[in-house]
Amino acid sequence: MMLEIAVRHAFEQFTLDAAFRAPPGVTVLFGRSGSGKTTIVNAVAGLLMPKSGRIASSDWTLLDTAQGVRLRPHRRRLGYIFQEGRLFPHLTVRQNLNYGAWFAPKDAPRENMGRIMDLLGIGHLLNRRPGTLSGGEKQRVAIGRALLSAPRLILADEPLAALDEARKAEILPYFERLRDEVNVPVLYVSHSASEVARLATTVVALEAGRVVAQGPAAEVLGDPSVLPVGAREAGAVLTALVVRHHDDGLTELDAGGMLLFLPRVAAAPGSTLRVRIAAHDVILSRERPEGLSALNILPGLIHDVHSGDGPGAIVALDTAAGRVLARITRRSATGMGLEPGMTAHAIIKTVSVAVSDIGGGSACRANSMP
Amino acid sequence: MDWQALRLSLELAFVTTLLLMPVSLVCGRTLAFGRFRGRRLVEALVLLPLVMPPTVLGFYLLAGFAPSSSLGSLWQAMFGGTLAFSFPGLVLASLIVNLPFAIQPAQRAFEAIPRDVREAARCCGMSAMRALVRVEWPLAWPGIMTGLVMSFAHTLGEFGVVLMVGGNIPGETRTMAIAIYDRTQAMNHEAAAVMATMLMAISILTIVTALLFSNRIGRPHG
Repeated sequence: MMLEIAVRHAFEQFTLDAAFRAPPGVTVLFGRSGSGKTTIVNAVAGLLMPKSGRIASSDWTLLDTAQGVRLRPHRRRLGYIFQEGRLFPHLTVRQNLNYGAWFAPKDAPRENMGRIMDLLGIGHLLNRRPGTLSGGEKQRVAIGRALLSAPRLILADEPLAALDEARKAEILPYFERLRDEVNVPVLYVSHSASEVARLATTVVALEAGRVVAQGPAAEVLGDPSVLPVGAREAGAVLTALVVRHHDDGLTELDAGGMLLFLPRVAAAPGSTLRVRIAAHDVILSRERPEGLSALNILPGLIHDVHSGDGPGAIVALDTAAGRVLARITRRSATGMGLEPGMTAHAIIKTVSVAVSDIGGGSACRANSMP
Repeated sequence: MDWQALRLSLELAFVTTLLLMPVSLVCGRTLAFGRFRGRRLVEALVLLPLVMPPTVLGFYLLAGFAPSSSLGSLWQAMFGGTLAFSFPGLVLASLIVNLPFAIQPAQRAFEAIPRDVREAARCCGMSAMRALVRVEWPLAWPGIMTGLVMSFAHTLGEFGVVLMVGGNIPGETRTMAIAIYDRTQAMNHEAAAVMATMLMAISILTIVTALLFSNRIGRPHG
């Protein structure tokens, strides 16, 4: 299913005018707070009626103001995962899950309750009330409730924003499983670069109510001119295969034929990983450096040098492992004479790659395998 | 002990509470979620009986109930009797007096339901009506009940408005509160004391019930 979304709405402070496509998988609306992400999701949910817009796939129309079609929220067949779960406080976990299922159309394809409980690890919570659950548990139940309502699309509005780092690390894998094991498209709102890098099949970058870029995750995140949450958060995503774990605490990966060493990753050899390489953790060198402590050196061709307003520049380097972004000073870029088409080496310190930037699951590259 | 007065008081309290239930459900929710012009004015009007002296309120109600007024004449044309100095008139007066007691807690209870929970209900496939019955009412129930219990207790003891509107007709408008006043005037302190104790016991019981309900308001949601 390819959902096409076009929403136009005027607020006192800003105007939202966004159009994009959400193909199967996870489509992440990526931008700062106030860029219009939540407004879009609420328009899709039917909680906000935009001035004009069209939200439809080939066989499913939620909203078409030109045709006068405005489906009411409860007829849209969506699963909405809110920032803080928002379970029904007067019901047990089991009843919350059932409420998701009860009000779905009778002929809708049903998810198996047992499978969902296994997927989310919530079987032991069934008789508890939401008030007694931890933040992470609540969010897992909320995901289950959304899944069991037989949705045609799942909406998730910053579902991890209210959780601390440990809980985020606990919940993110469930969204990865949702993406890889459940055949329901997800529209996911986030302003976190590492969440986007780990989850997104498609990225829609938003700035001040407008779509500034959209496309496969590796493409959008690897574009040095698209920085929806600022240059500080720039970083490209690589897809890599786990080769083996070493005794010294490192994991060896294969990214497009290039060797990568990362801090020990909890993934079996043979499995695919997504690794976000933060641009400010990458050093560039014209020659292949010798006698360096850094373990990962990726040679490549400079695709673009993008200078911002500040002292920094972002260099996009195409390597065999994929696109890598490096954030360096403009002074260095000028001093080294960096220009598109030139060869350079990206140097990545193994320990600089954060565990939270490494995720399991499907490839982030749609078609650009080198 | 004036059993007839006790029965009348309880009847009045039950009928008033029963009639107030739908009123508090509808008005409480409308005031909590409705965004319409004049909402503040309606809120103020609902609160008015709380601050108006009972005799003043009773005076105006009596004027409104008179057969010469439009309400009084309408009532007479429909049911024959007069509103003033009758049980139906007492019920109507007591409804108005108790509006703030019933509506305010219900409104607060509806307001305490997080917006996201209501939206979650809609997004779970519930129609507005189902969300109301399945999610909003159960969550607002403690507040609604608190309001109704307060109205019940308040009706049992209401004196000023009842005396103004109903007078002191045995079996028709002589409630416990009036009967106590009546006996005290007649220097029958023993009978007054027995009835006062009775009312006190009922009041304590209702307050305890109300507190039990209100303890459940605003329990952590979510």
